[in-house]
Amino acid sequence: MAIGRRLDLTLALAGLGFFLVVPPFLPQWITFLLTLAWAKALAVLGIVLLLRGGLLTFGHALYYAVGAYTAGFAVKFLGVHEGLAALGLAVVTGAAASALLGLLLARYRGVHFGLLNLAFSMVLYAVLLKFYEVTGGTDGLRLPTPLLAGVKPDAQHLRLTIYYVTVVLAALLLYVAYRFTTSPLGYTLRAVRDNEVRVEYMGASVRQAIYCSYIVAGVLASVGGVLAGFSVGHIVPELSFWTQSGEFVFVALLGGTGSVLAPVAGSIVFEFVRNYAFKYSPYTWQMTLGIVLLGIIFFLPGGLWSLKGIAARRWTIVTRRSQ
Amino acid sequence: MSAVLETVSLTKFFGMVRAAEDLSVQFQEGELVGIVGPNGSGKTTLLNVITGYVKPDRGRIRYQGKDITGLSPRAVADLGIARSFQMPQLYLSLTVLENLVLALAIRAGRAREFWAPLERVDRRDEAPRILEQFGLEEHASHDAGQLPEGARKLLDVALSFARRPRILLMDEPTSGVSARDKSKVMDTLVPVLKGTGVTTIFVEHDMEVVQRYAERVLAFDEGKVIAAGSPDAVLRDPTVRRALLGQP
Amino acid sequence: MSAGLTFTYGVVRILNLAHGNLYALGAYMGAWLVLGWGSSAMPVLSYLLLFAAAVFIGVTAGPLIERLFLRRVYGKEEEIQILLTFSILLILEDVIKLVWGVSPLFADKPYIYMGHVRLGGVDYAGYPFLLTGIAVVTGILLWLVVTRTRFGKVLVSVITDREVSSALGVNVPRIYTLAFTLGAVLAALGGAFTAPMFSVVPGIGAEVIVVSFAVVAIGGLGSIGGAALGALLVGLARATAVHLFPELDLFAIYLIMALVLLFRPQGLFGQVEARRI
Repeated sequence: MAIGRRLDLTLALAGLGFFLVVPPFLPQWITFLLTLAWAKALAVLGIVLLLRGGLLTFGHALYYAVGAYTAGFAVKFLGVHEGLAALGLAVVTGAAASALLGLLLARYRGVHFGLLNLAFSMVLYAVLLKFYEVTGGTDGLRLPTPLLAGVKPDAQHLRLTIYYVTVVLAALLLYVAYRFTTSPLGYTLRAVRDNEVRVEYMGASVRQAIYCSYIVAGVLASVGGVLAGFSVGHIVPELSFWTQSGEFVFVALLGGTGSVLAPVAGSIVFEFVRNYAFKYSPYTWQMTLGIVLLGIIFFLPGGLWSLKGIAARRWTIVTRRSQ
Repeated sequence: MSAVLETVSLTKFFGMVRAAEDLSVQFQEGELVGIVGPNGSGKTTLLNVITGYVKPDRGRIRYQGKDITGLSPRAVADLGIARSFQMPQLYLSLTVLENLVLALAIRAGRAREFWAPLERVDRRDEAPRILEQFGLEEHASHDAGQLPEGARKLLDVALSFARRPRILLMDEPTSGVSARDKSKVMDTLVPVLKGTGVTTIFVEHDMEVVQRYAERVLAFDEGKVIAAGSPDAVLRDPTVRRALLGQP
Repeated sequence: MSAGLTFTYGVVRILNLAHGNLYALGAYMGAWLVLGWGSSAMPVLSYLLLFAAAVFIGVTAGPLIERLFLRRVYGKEEEIQILLTFSILLILEDVIKLVWGVSPLFADKPYIYMGHVRLGGVDYAGYPFLLTGIAVVTGILLWLVVTRTRFGKVLVSVITDREVSSALGVNVPRIYTLAFTLGAVLAALGGAFTAPMFSVVPGIGAEVIVVSFAVVAIGGLGSIGGAALGALLVGLARATAVHLFPELDLFAIYLIMALVLLFRPQGLFGQVEARRI
């Protein structure tokens, strides 16, 4: 297992190096896709964390939208243009929303959990859609370029600046998530998935473990929403629609649940593939997703990240054989 | 000497099945008691009720003089009563060591910490020592799901033991274990338990195991105690033999 | 339709997320048939067409889905089962778009034929009465089938204990297929007969599954009577909300669901299953 950890660390550092150094040399549209992928990866990370507890949510887009609209409202009603402040606010609102809903939802598992989350995300969607004066309805809200620590990024390097902010912040949060997974709470969550009865008999509260994890997942998605919003510059109610949640779930499975790095890999692959696929065949996009998902379920349940494990094992077999 | 654990007129029916009927038993501190009885006589129900997994219809349970009837399994565990299961309840996707360290972390009240790694909870290497006591060191880094049956049972008990409970309830510790391994399991368990002074109550089907290891035996049938005393006395009692084996 | 969902869950123990798509397929098929063949000469024919559409969808899609996909995940963890039905949902969404295109289908003739009914001095559209009638009749039939027929008894035995039934010689896989097909027919029936009331567009499948889940959750998973009661409550809630706060009709449904679940997590008629240890 030590090999696995070291490999993960190497990949993480190498990846980080790549994503920090290379982008200035890439065309703008690639940087844009990468930014979006990194931002969304945070929401996907939330889903992956919950999956480790055996919980699958079909409504995580709710917190993604909460984050985005927090930034939007901050601009519209509070005149706050400072990006860092918007991020801070999004953490607060994301935590508040997930803390509130988590009170009800932490009691549920399985399908109930998934669909209750979905239900709430659709309620938010309806609210965002219908209260036109406040939320901008179907037109949505515009998110102007945020100030960063009081400085307005210059137009030429705008894409790149937002990119770096996103990547650095996401990487930090990934590290926090990593600490979470190796902590007692992270293990308790996994134990909940394996054997709830035993957890209670050991003296730990299953409900509290789920509740805390839920809030963490919610905050991650919320931050992701703000970052995505800054990147696109425009937020719409569809951010809370079930298809967005479904997309997050898909990416979570595409990447795999084995590591905090997996969502990033899955998200990047997804954004790029979607960019091409949508151009060529918009009517079969969902069907393609469905078929790929079926493929993952039956043939590669660990997602793309499990390929790393398979490759590593083959490598050790090969190197051992040559000794 | 007042009992460390006692039930008072405990009654629990599952429809027509009399799992417990006006059951009043006492357990003294530090003793090693075996409970025998045919299937459906209420042995596991007793454990379930004491630990709060099932609520009794009537009656009370007292632990150290305090009424614990109706408390949740979590509350009961916190008070110092631990339990192992007929079918080992393990965290199959975690390694044996992780299973134990998690138990220790929860006992230390650190289940909700989310920054420090799990390993750091066990600074005094208590988990490896418990593994050694239970003969599980070789499996330390194996996933719990891959263990052979006897090792699973031992791990199940080890997890409950890791809580340093005052009372340990074991539900059929040797069931499903091959005849050869039964004595291995019990020979490992009993010295550890007696050595730490834990009050041990174990439900067993295997008469030989009970005869060899229990200090006192209770025989159950249809939710009532039909005999109590030394293993020899109880197991030779004709009523007991008829209930268990169908013939005197 | 919710009866179908809860019925399927009761037997197969999988909550089929794609159930809404079966509804949608029924709606599309029904609307399409009526638009194509429902002429003004024989009004009754259009109703038969709707019914035929529903049965057709149920009987083809049902076994297909069950045999090809559901069967492979029966023993696996719940997340995988849910994901499977979710992927079927995604696939069917686009299948509908591919077969029938994106523009709405509006087969309102059956609705108009029923005309108006005057009750208590107020004019009501006649069609909803037909719909209610069909729903009630279906519910009773379903209940009769489950409790009175031999098939129903076999079904109950399979629900209670799959292994024992199998040992007793019951062809469990076939029962599962039949049960799922029945659930599918119910869904398609709901879709086909609701189609004349509004324009059939892509996306109704997804909309309806969420409401249907609310109904089933309120009533309790596996309970058909519960689903009926749940549907009633949801319908009332929605109507009230539409009347008083038009923007919040969906919200009202979820509010009721949240309230019911807060006090009775297993639904009104659901059963709590404690794990045996």
